[in-house]
Amino acid sequence: MIDIGTYIEQFINWLTANFSGFFDGVNYGMTNFIGAVEGFWIWLPFYVTIAFMAGIAFWRAGIGNGFLTLFGLLFIYGMGYWDQTMQTFALVLSSTITALAIGIPLGIWSARSQTANRIIRPILDFMQTMPAFVYLIPAVLFFGLGTVPGAFATIIFAMPPVVRLTSLGIQQVPGDIVEATKAFGATSRQLLVKVQVPLAMPSILAGVNQTIMMALSMVVIASMIGAKGLGEIVLQGISQLRIGMGFEGGLAVVLLAIILDRITQHIGKSK
Amino acid sequence: MTKILIEDLYLIFGKHREKALKQSREGKSKAEVLSSTGCTVAVNKANLSIEEGEIFVIMGLSGSGKSTLLRCINRLIEPTAGKILVNDLDITRSTDKELLNIRRKEFAMVFQHFGLLPHRTVLSNVAFGLEIQGLPKEDREQKARETISLVGLDGYEDMKVSELSGGMQQRVGLARGLANEPEVLLMDEAFSALDPLIRNQMQDELLLLQEKMKKTIVFITHDLDEAIKLGDRIAIMKDGEIVQVGTSEDILTAPADDYVESFVEKVERGRIITAASVMFEKPTVARLKKDGPEVVIRKMREAGLKTLPVIRTNRTFIGFVHLEDVLQAKKQGAKSIEEVVNTEVHSVYPDTTIEDMLPLLTETELPIPVVNEENFLLGLVSQTSIIVEMTGKDDKEIKEIIQNAIDL
Repeated sequence: MIDIGTYIEQFINWLTANFSGFFDGVNYGMTNFIGAVEGFWIWLPFYVTIAFMAGIAFWRAGIGNGFLTLFGLLFIYGMGYWDQTMQTFALVLSSTITALAIGIPLGIWSARSQTANRIIRPILDFMQTMPAFVYLIPAVLFFGLGTVPGAFATIIFAMPPVVRLTSLGIQQVPGDIVEATKAFGATSRQLLVKVQVPLAMPSILAGVNQTIMMALSMVVIASMIGAKGLGEIVLQGISQLRIGMGFEGGLAVVLLAIILDRITQHIGKSK
Repeated sequence: MTKILIEDLYLIFGKHREKALKQSREGKSKAEVLSSTGCTVAVNKANLSIEEGEIFVIMGLSGSGKSTLLRCINRLIEPTAGKILVNDLDITRSTDKELLNIRRKEFAMVFQHFGLLPHRTVLSNVAFGLEIQGLPKEDREQKARETISLVGLDGYEDMKVSELSGGMQQRVGLARGLANEPEVLLMDEAFSALDPLIRNQMQDELLLLQEKMKKTIVFITHDLDEAIKLGDRIAIMKDGEIVQVGTSEDILTAPADDYVESFVEKVERGRIITAASVMFEKPTVARLKKDGPEVVIRKMREAGLKTLPVIRTNRTFIGFVHLEDVLQAKKQGAKSIEEVVNTEVHSVYPDTTIEDMLPLLTETELPIPVVNEENFLLGLVSQTSIIVEMTGKDDKEIKEIIQNAIDL
């Protein structure tokens, strides 16, 4: 019998024992980061937030999506879940920002280097398909209970799309344009900044959109290890068999997802 | 002065390049090298010298290695062996930094599918090369505007290139190349993606521009008509080898092998063959002052002709005399042929094409005199030779056709 589980346990224990300083640092940083984002959105009066989001939606995504955003958020407020929604939003936002900060460079790297691509691809497969519950336990071991391990799990789950789509976008830049750029004496950096990234932008933005959606889908799971927000409501509904409450929480998640999807889908497109 | 000199250049794709290179150098063919090493010889011992200020056309079918050879010149593709000297400097040894500089200052490239940045305006596309060089925005845009008006795109500066037609886009591509003020313009099938009318127009404009600019242009094409129209000299490539280098005249009149000949056959010869190449030189002539009717008749008998061109002592051409007229003059006791010379004759210059000479055939049954600018008689073009050139049939066949027509 191949007892790989034992080795993984040993490895995780070894990591916790030897890298506790590192994990504490990350924990501290993430706690502050998420705390600041969350604090901001909860501090902001609900009508300002609603006006702001609806404004963006009207401006970039059209009248229909503007009204959708306006009434959707008012509905969530009316259900009495505003604070939880903002907590969830903050978690999604900070996880997404972190995932993008790591994922976009990784995507660029894997587009430009065969070797990097060969290493990164199986890791992405692993991150996307490994059931999320499996890495919740080590996340708790590393960071303790709370929002940070939730964010950690969310980042792992949400990062692959943006890496893949960034890489795809850059690879799909037509060869003759790349060649032309080189022929005019562009350095590899100029090629990236002036040509590849701008031309890959639609694909990268599709990746951002997907990452946000994936992050939202992790909300309930993250709440199982103590992340605050709408996930808590859903979990309460499940554990106390309060069907109505569970649905309310779920509905708020769906509304938030639709609104974020519509806005981010249109933000990159020129009007 | 030689601008670009390519010496024994090889480009080999595959795993066992060293082995393949050795075999190629020993003179094995592309197919032999492929079967024994699995390597493709894309460029096989290329030797070229491209002169400053000329349009040098490299022509071949797809897969002949012409575009690959072009990309070796600015090292977009690294050659496997050989030298490329640009201004006597071997650029195959340049460091990456030197290479960037050479690409920025020395070369500019125009592509078949334009290679423009679709998200940018015409102006910023044209300024792109200068942007790469790090020129301040104002300077590069001023330069770009000048170049845009040079290629006739005034008023389109702020349009996105994706909104333009193919012909317009290639003007942008050309302007982008010229804005850099390169010494050498590398054009890779630059007009092949355009429809024939626009292509023709672009060729004309390139020639006009070239008259002003006097750049060194290396032009790749698969179209012999285009090669002949644009090229000061043409190199023909086949299977990675350069089969022949010469002027269009050289290539049409003396194709180096069957391969080149098969190309040439397809060309509309009438548009390329000039009077100079089909005329017979030093024809028998009648000299106006010296030759009296008696002498002229003798000359006609000797040459077996019924008409002779007439020249002055200084060799300027005057017209033709006909046997019957001279006989008439002799009867009337004239001492000179001056009275009977037919001066209403069209003459042509040596570079007049056969096609342009066609209308003259309908006017006269006489051979067509070829003169230089001082009106000196250089030679005569017979009507049969024009027909021979236009139809591609030989003398005998034409006589048969005429005979058949008469028999009918």
